[in-house]
Amino acid sequence: MQLARVTGTVVASTKVAGLEGVKLLVIQPLDRALRPAGKPVVAADAVHMAGPGELVYFVASREAAQALEETFVPVDHAIVGIVDAVTELPGAGDGA
Amino acid sequence: MKLARVVGNVVSTINTRDFEDRTLLLCDLLGPDGAPTGGYQIAVDNIGAGAGEMVLLLDEGNGARQVLNAPGAPIRTVVIGIVDEVVEAAR
Repeated sequence: MQLARVTGTVVASTKVAGLEGVKLLVIQPLDRALRPAGKPVVAADAVHMAGPGELVYFVASREAAQALEETFVPVDHAIVGIVDAVTELPGAGDGA
Repeated sequence: MKLARVVGNVVSTINTRDFEDRTLLLCDLLGPDGAPTGGYQIAVDNIGAGAGEMVLLLDEGNGARQVLNAPGAPIRTVVIGIVDEVVEAAR
């Protein structure tokens, strides 16, 4: 899993069977100092409560679909939690 | 598997149910010499790894679900060992 910031929403009224009702959000992956890292991706919202601006963590690959009610669906990124806090040890550096 | 160092943790109350009561550790990925490679992962702790420890991460879903005994969980990255030492053969 990695950290990301929700930056937008995606509306797609025509989707493959199984993805009806799945909320899609644009997320910007972050490094662990919460700086943008890499390109934004579209992720399914498995917690049903994430929204723009929120700090979340997401899972990629086959495990993303496992987070949804319907697990045999073509999804490659899913938000699985909303982050309350990231605590780092003293002296851990900024991950750069 | 990957070598990593525990550098912090991630606190979350709203998440999918498979994450309830699980500890999430923020882990810097390391090379065999122990130097950070720049990447990181959020891993589920399965063995009580502590801050600053070098750990062994599994980054594969089937094995992760198996060690956590959580069929169907959307979890891919798990701490599966605490590393005492990495010895590289002289070349």
